[in-house]
Amino acid sequence: MLRQIEGSKAIAETVALCRPEVVCAYPISPQTHIIEAVGAMVKSGRLAQCEFINVESEFAAMSVAIGASATGARAYTATASQGLLFMLEAVFNASGLGLPIVMTLANRAIGAPINIWNDHSDAMAVRDAGWIQLFAETNQEAADLHVQAFRLAEELSVPVMVCMDGFILTHAVEGVDMLDQETVDAFLPPYEPRQVLDVDDPVSIGAMVGPEAFEEVRYLAYLRQRDALERIPEIAREFTQLTGRESGGLIRSYRTDDAEIIVVALGSVLGTIKDAVDIRRDAGERIGVVGITAFRPFPSEAVRAALAQARQVVVLEKSFSTGFGGVLSTDVAMSMRDLDFDLRTVIAGLGGRAITRRSLEDMLKRANDDELEPLTFLDLDHDAVERERERMRKVRRSGPSAENLLRDRAAFSSLPRGGGA
Amino acid sequence: MFQVRFHGRGGQGVVTAAELLAVAAFDEGRHAQAFPSFGSERTGAPVVSFCRIDDREIRTREPVMEPDALIIQDATLIHQVDLFAGLVHDGYALINTSRPFNELGFEDSLASFRHDRLITCPATELALEHLGRPLPNAALLGGFAALTGQITMKAIDTAVRERFEGPVGERNAAAAAAAFDFVASKVKELARASTD
Repeated sequence: MLRQIEGSKAIAETVALCRPEVVCAYPISPQTHIIEAVGAMVKSGRLAQCEFINVESEFAAMSVAIGASATGARAYTATASQGLLFMLEAVFNASGLGLPIVMTLANRAIGAPINIWNDHSDAMAVRDAGWIQLFAETNQEAADLHVQAFRLAEELSVPVMVCMDGFILTHAVEGVDMLDQETVDAFLPPYEPRQVLDVDDPVSIGAMVGPEAFEEVRYLAYLRQRDALERIPEIAREFTQLTGRESGGLIRSYRTDDAEIIVVALGSVLGTIKDAVDIRRDAGERIGVVGITAFRPFPSEAVRAALAQARQVVVLEKSFSTGFGGVLSTDVAMSMRDLDFDLRTVIAGLGGRAITRRSLEDMLKRANDDELEPLTFLDLDHDAVERERERMRKVRRSGPSAENLLRDRAAFSSLPRGGGA
Repeated sequence: MFQVRFHGRGGQGVVTAAELLAVAAFDEGRHAQAFPSFGSERTGAPVVSFCRIDDREIRTREPVMEPDALIIQDATLIHQVDLFAGLVHDGYALINTSRPFNELGFEDSLASFRHDRLITCPATELALEHLGRPLPNAALLGGFAALTGQITMKAIDTAVRERFEGPVGERNAAAAAAAFDFVASKVKELARASTD
């Protein structure tokens, strides 16, 4: 049923339809509304046969999810940013042990400086942790991806992280066609674990593995991620057959048929990019968009095929590797080996800076005129940066840069930048 | 697409207001998107929320940069925040105050705007009268319906009653209806004045 609903609430209700048996989480913005709503459904009995476990930290949350999953329970948790970092050791354990936990990541920047707003630094920090990582463009897709995530995770015994932009999606109230129990039950069979802690049939999970077998264990994990590249589009197709709705899959192309320039991005910014592309198209520029839904495993072949005819590929990222540049760009470049094209990286939206259609249009116009630098920071205040560099050159004890930049902004700007207030 | 920006103070319910408007528009079969300005807001601090209404899918995720309408829950923000930033030139503003618009000190800075669309409404007084609490949200939405015609009073009424059950819903709906009538008559008055 189509409902006007907050993103977090849509996720919570959809997760409940997936019949999780253990939910354990520690609240952190912007994930909080999801967990509050799931907790309320467990308490009211609407989500029956589920235990909601209050834990003292994110590390405990993931550890409880691991324990629950190992006993054969369908386990769910959610976190963001510093919370994800705090559970990091257990995040690697979940995938290393092959436990099909599903986790929502309400994407948020990582401090310091402390910042509660959206970017993709948290997801990128764990891109090599062995989890499948799916990115949602809308709240509809975020809800649908959770159902697909449980199916995928349990089939392959690999944990799945559903990434949705914190605040931008989690706190947005928009139309979401909510699934019903019958549909979800038809799509998602009961969890049949590959390995289970069972007193009647004892096994040990989590053995010490030395050099004699460690590489093989890792290679098997790699193969399961390769399998996921096959299963993700198949599961998405099945979902479409059942619901009539396209959600998930590996990548999605928009107006790329005759495109000379293609923008690649993850998550909710794709909507604003499409609006900007429509306007540049009207101006006669042949620009298209490829949205990547499956970031891990990275769909190299699909990306290569979708971008093959482009003269220029612009990768727009809400994260960056401080000592290098684009993270997603690197994956795109690897996928495009031996092809003749120009790669441009645009870093945008860090720490919640608004990515406006106007800035995107300007950027696309520059791309079309071949004026885009290899690495561009969208809407960066170069003057403020230069003033701080100058302070650092002049005085040894120039003080903390973050605080200096805040003072600088207050002094030099009267208008708010970004998300409004 | 019609875009609305709400200004208020933490605790006054700007997020709820934007959500209620989105739900009302959705109930009328339109696409709507409401979202807050994503801050670590504190009670009393200036806060902002947004609502977009359109007849087709809303894809953009940027904050509302050029609002078609402003709903200002707290007139004391006038000296603290650039309330009218980006307002389109034929845009609407509904300000919660018992003072008339021309006493607020905007005559010069807003000279080029359509003054028949810049309206004040004593929403807090109406809320106190009907609700017994100084919560002007529902009243302002009623006023917004009368001012812009972007949403029907019936849809606001339904959304308010869905959100607040029982007597609280009744009283909020009554405050909204009173504000609708207040603004509707004020709009008529201004239209007459401009044709005279």
